[in-house]
Amino acid sequence: MKLLFELSRTGRGQDLLPLSDVPACEFGGELLRQAPPRLPEISEVDLERHYTELAKQTHGVNDGFYPLGSCTMKYNPHINEDMAALNGFTGIHPLQDENSAQGCLEVMYRTEQLLNEITGMDAMTFQPAAGAHGEYTGLMLIRAYHLSRNDTARTKIIVPDSAHGTNPASAAMAGFTVVSVPSNAQGGVDLEALKAAAGSDTAGLMLTNPNTLGLFDPNILEITRIVHEAGGLNYYDGANLNAVMGHVRPGDMGFDCVHLNLHKTFSTPHGGGGPGSGPVGCKKFLDEFLPEPRVVRDEGGALRFACPEHTLGKVRSFYGNFLVAVRALTYITVLGKEGIPEASETAVLNANYMMHKLKGHYDVAYDAACMHEFVLTLEKLKQETGVSAMDAAKRLLDFGMHPPTMYFPLIVHEALMIEPTETESRETLDRAVQVFLDILEEAKTDPEKLHEAPHTCPIGRPDEVGAARNPVLKYEFA
Amino acid sequence: MANIPTELRYTKSHEWLKTEGGLSVIGLTQFAVDALGDIVFIGLPEVGDEVKAGASFADVESVKAVSDVFSPVSGKVVEVNEELPDSPEKLNEDPYGAWLIKVEAAGESEELLDAAAYEKVCAEEEA
Repeated sequence: MKLLFELSRTGRGQDLLPLSDVPACEFGGELLRQAPPRLPEISEVDLERHYTELAKQTHGVNDGFYPLGSCTMKYNPHINEDMAALNGFTGIHPLQDENSAQGCLEVMYRTEQLLNEITGMDAMTFQPAAGAHGEYTGLMLIRAYHLSRNDTARTKIIVPDSAHGTNPASAAMAGFTVVSVPSNAQGGVDLEALKAAAGSDTAGLMLTNPNTLGLFDPNILEITRIVHEAGGLNYYDGANLNAVMGHVRPGDMGFDCVHLNLHKTFSTPHGGGGPGSGPVGCKKFLDEFLPEPRVVRDEGGALRFACPEHTLGKVRSFYGNFLVAVRALTYITVLGKEGIPEASETAVLNANYMMHKLKGHYDVAYDAACMHEFVLTLEKLKQETGVSAMDAAKRLLDFGMHPPTMYFPLIVHEALMIEPTETESRETLDRAVQVFLDILEEAKTDPEKLHEAPHTCPIGRPDEVGAARNPVLKYEFA
Repeated sequence: MANIPTELRYTKSHEWLKTEGGLSVIGLTQFAVDALGDIVFIGLPEVGDEVKAGASFADVESVKAVSDVFSPVSGKVVEVNEELPDSPEKLNEDPYGAWLIKVEAAGESEELLDAAAYEKVCAEEEA
């Protein structure tokens, strides 16, 4: 496929950009560029065809099953988009007076109330732009708390070895030293190792529960107690909240702060990389450190932006990705108090249904009832047939399915991590199971076909090593 | 089974170590680089940095994952393999030739295994 720059012909153009309706502002000569920018010149129809062609080569939730583990690729209801497209939300300016933006402030205020209730937290910031940004913000809160008590020796963050890679990365980025604790035979946190790791230098623990193996850690209260007794705080990575909404709350499990991935759990399309939203909630004793601004209600009943007393400052411009909060509010309001827990129940049921049907054919990494996702290991299959998790994942593409998450979590070899989500029908799950079984059969009879898969995609096996070692990040003009 | 030279010592976390001219030379084992797959980035310490036994001193990134490399010994880095960051594929091609750092060891070290004991560790991980 040609790039826009290659399609460009001098003099062509389109009318997508309206004429300026404000006076032009004149700059001094030294601020002006000497040559016009080399932008592609393309007619509207060619531009439309270019993007439609690109769209045809992608696979989204609207194209088919998308069981990308830990990414919660649920179907995003249309009403979310209708609400996010309302003029009052899209035609507003971030510097507008708060009296004239009461509706938008109301969205932030109500969404915070609802998410506080779902997570068991007392206050929340919507500034972080996505999950890892939320982790970083939460860790800054933990640091601010310890420093406010002149407790400067707490330099370590404990992270289990099943954690998302962003956890240790965020902790390192926030200036902490990462201490990894191993998993026990059941896939949970090894309590003895945690006890040995926790001490007077522990700033906190980062934990996902259910974890990346799709398992709810039954020792969670003991885990958070060990960290609290050592003087550390507990941070909940909300990546897998879709398994437990309305059933258990991080705040009741002993966590002090939490981030949510609104774009995942509360449904904003995010397969293309964004926009995300990673609000961070905390218990009352941490709210004085939250980023500003926060939305509060004044005595007169009006909503105002306020600055917490010992705020970290801003972690992003303005108010975060506001329209993702609009979608989350819509989603929660439409589902309601019965629908939210039911969504989680169905997500867990769907995952267990698929796991049960595949068990006995594929090896399950940890043989226990799962939550919203489960992990297969193709290690034995690879030894017996030479077919790897990568080969099987690539072959799924030929059947119109997006592959699951591969080679993660790191503690499982040849891993496929499957998260069907609550929005898939039994027919879709049955078909997916059949495809997995067919691929297993092919691995035994025709492994070569799997090594060469996919056979039907515009791009089969991109050169990942070349892309990482020698990335081409911009167009080179001839 | 991956290549495990008998003249080297090993850690359970898949580093190898040999003593050469009074210095501890540290690298990653064949088992480790095979598990990682194609390595695309290597982050090494600088000469003069202190490394601590059991603590991470480098990271390697493959197309699958980023992993820490742990030091078998405590001491001061006196040399780093400068060509590795520009040619990370050397680690895949020749893990026992592509050393990472040379350390002037001082005192404590991790529990070190001989080739036979390390082979058992690998066999257990594969099982």
